[in-house]
Amino acid sequence: MKLTGAQILMKMLKEEGVDTIFGYPGGAVIDIYDELSRTDFRHILVRHEQGAAHAADGYARASGKVGVCLVTSGPGATNAVTGIASAYIDSIPIVIITGQVPTHLIGNDAFQEVDIVGITRPCTKHNYLVSKIEDLGRIIREAFYIARSGRPGPVLIDIPKDVARGMLAFKVPKEEIRLKSYNPTYQPNMKQLQKVIKLIEKAESPMIFAGGGIILSGAAKELTEFARTTQIPVTASLMGLGGFPGSDPLWMGMLGMHGTYRANMATSVCDLMIAIGVRFDDRVTGKTDAFASQAKIVHVDIDPTSIRKNVPVSIPVVGDCKITLNALNELLKEADLSELAENRGKWLKQIQDWKRAAKLKYQHSDKVIKPQYVIEKLYELTKGEAIITTEVGQNQIWAAQYYHFDKPNHFITSGGLGVMGFGLPAAIGAQAACPDKLVVDVAGDGSIQMNIQEMATAIQHRLPVKVVILNNRYLGMVRQWQELFYDKRYSHTSMEFAPDFVKLAEAYGALGLRATKPEEVESVLREGLFSDRTVIMDFKVEPEESVYPMVPAGAPITEMLL
Amino acid sequence: MNEEKHVLSIMVDNQPGVLSRIAGLFSGRGYNIESLCVAETMDSVVSRLTIVTKANLPLIEQIKKQINKLINVIKVHELTGSDYVEREMALIKVNAKPEHKAEILRIVDIFRGKIVDVGTEHYTIEVTGTDGKLKALLSLLKPIGIKEIARTGAIAMFREGK
Repeated sequence: MKLTGAQILMKMLKEEGVDTIFGYPGGAVIDIYDELSRTDFRHILVRHEQGAAHAADGYARASGKVGVCLVTSGPGATNAVTGIASAYIDSIPIVIITGQVPTHLIGNDAFQEVDIVGITRPCTKHNYLVSKIEDLGRIIREAFYIARSGRPGPVLIDIPKDVARGMLAFKVPKEEIRLKSYNPTYQPNMKQLQKVIKLIEKAESPMIFAGGGIILSGAAKELTEFARTTQIPVTASLMGLGGFPGSDPLWMGMLGMHGTYRANMATSVCDLMIAIGVRFDDRVTGKTDAFASQAKIVHVDIDPTSIRKNVPVSIPVVGDCKITLNALNELLKEADLSELAENRGKWLKQIQDWKRAAKLKYQHSDKVIKPQYVIEKLYELTKGEAIITTEVGQNQIWAAQYYHFDKPNHFITSGGLGVMGFGLPAAIGAQAACPDKLVVDVAGDGSIQMNIQEMATAIQHRLPVKVVILNNRYLGMVRQWQELFYDKRYSHTSMEFAPDFVKLAEAYGALGLRATKPEEVESVLREGLFSDRTVIMDFKVEPEESVYPMVPAGAPITEMLL
Repeated sequence: MNEEKHVLSIMVDNQPGVLSRIAGLFSGRGYNIESLCVAETMDSVVSRLTIVTKANLPLIEQIKKQINKLINVIKVHELTGSDYVEREMALIKVNAKPEHKAEILRIVDIFRGKIVDVGTEHYTIEVTGTDGKLKALLSLLKPIGIKEIARTGAIAMFREGK
């Protein structure tokens, strides 16, 4: 049967199990949109293409499926770039379909033409320009395969208008995908794992450092079993939160620039660090020479380039986190763990001592709302069950510190790129994936204004996301750096001129609530969180509250301001 | 750690944009390219890229892994450290005043080069060899007066076991 390019696209998306598309129409994709209107895909019309990419990201993280977004050529595509770059550095599987000017106009500086394949080359896992309709079916299959396999990531497909309009006698390709140049390693080397077990048997002060790879490979259960069997305490990067239960006694809290005292101190004296699904970001390691300098480091990652990129590693293991942890758990059944309890006692006590010495804490107040208090109450009222997305800055770190994530796929944040404006569209994507879940965007008054237009998307598509604004009238994290390292010269970080967020919510057709005093926090949260509408809650918090602990950039992570 | 010269031979899909992916990887991550050479192989869907780069040991490992990670890269070989043949071709245009002509011809002969273009005031020399040989030739020609140089960059291959 003869199909148009647009029809082939729809057929192939269906084949890949896609049900939801985040997008925005335009001239170069008008034929695709025309075809879309004759299908049963759920299309979520965003208000800015950046929102489409972040929503696809949020959808992918909440559902574990590949997120899809569809945008037009030129500005449609360039607007999506920030969302693509964020998904790339956080290894999130999304497929971005961009329209392109007709093939005969490519290179002519045509209206709304941009070389999006060139622009996104360094921030996609792979990308394609479909130059003829015969390649379209294969490329779509490859794109989804590449996006979800190995270390996941965004893949972009640029479809010229004449390819979408062209006709082809089409049959869905069924043969197995084989790319001679792409073959990720899932199975770890067993010899390496034997060495790991030997190290575990001997170690006196070991620790586990878990990252986003645990969430991406669905290895939370395996990690928990591994840590409990070996009695090794666990810390995680921002991306790894929820990969190990925050309520477990072995949990040390987050690591790094805003990590807990005990997790950061543990790195400096541990004799074995088992790092799984991490990439040793500078926000985690601080000064790399001083990081885990006493330890043998075991590094498990599916991406060989992550290993030995930033820190020296004693035992590299290339493989999938879940498969590797399963294999380790099997090997542990044979291992000699008889002296474990004895060996670990001293080390676990040391960690408890650090915990007592410096807990996560803040100065309580009955006059002014403390942002940490809002997150604590949010945790209490949602019983830790909500999916939390964040913007970027103080709001993000307070959410990470004070919402104790027990489960994977419940914390959705722009970890690597640090995109302000991520949280609201990501919450929309997560809510579309999980209609029965409570989805909360923890925002700052600065970040929320970066993609506030997506409120209309939430209202139109009846996505009852809840936005909690920690409104301190500053770009708080930059202000905090200015306070600590630039003698309080608050250069352009004041956000005094902001809209009235309650009225703004109402203008969009959402529910707007405000709390200005500590005693109002709980009632506003109760009303907002348990409403069936889209809600903005505006909490006027202490303007000059700072995030602690904090390690100055480039310092060893044991040098914390507490 | 010492930066040393490394010769990489990279088999890639023969498709538009692949060279740009590799060049972009080098510039984006701050790796250095001394020379780069690319052309189709016996198999028309595969191209061979020869890159000469300077890096210390941990960095060259990272460079190889990063290149391998590109979807269009089929195989990365490092030639440095193994037995391999390396050649580069150069075209060198030199001033050829009457009093220098005989000397130039003698030098070209020693280096087994060829004169491929002759004028009243110049010779153009074609020569192939390793980087060391080309450097030696250039240093001999320099006092006579080099007008222009075009070099291909190195191409290289493993030697077969005997």
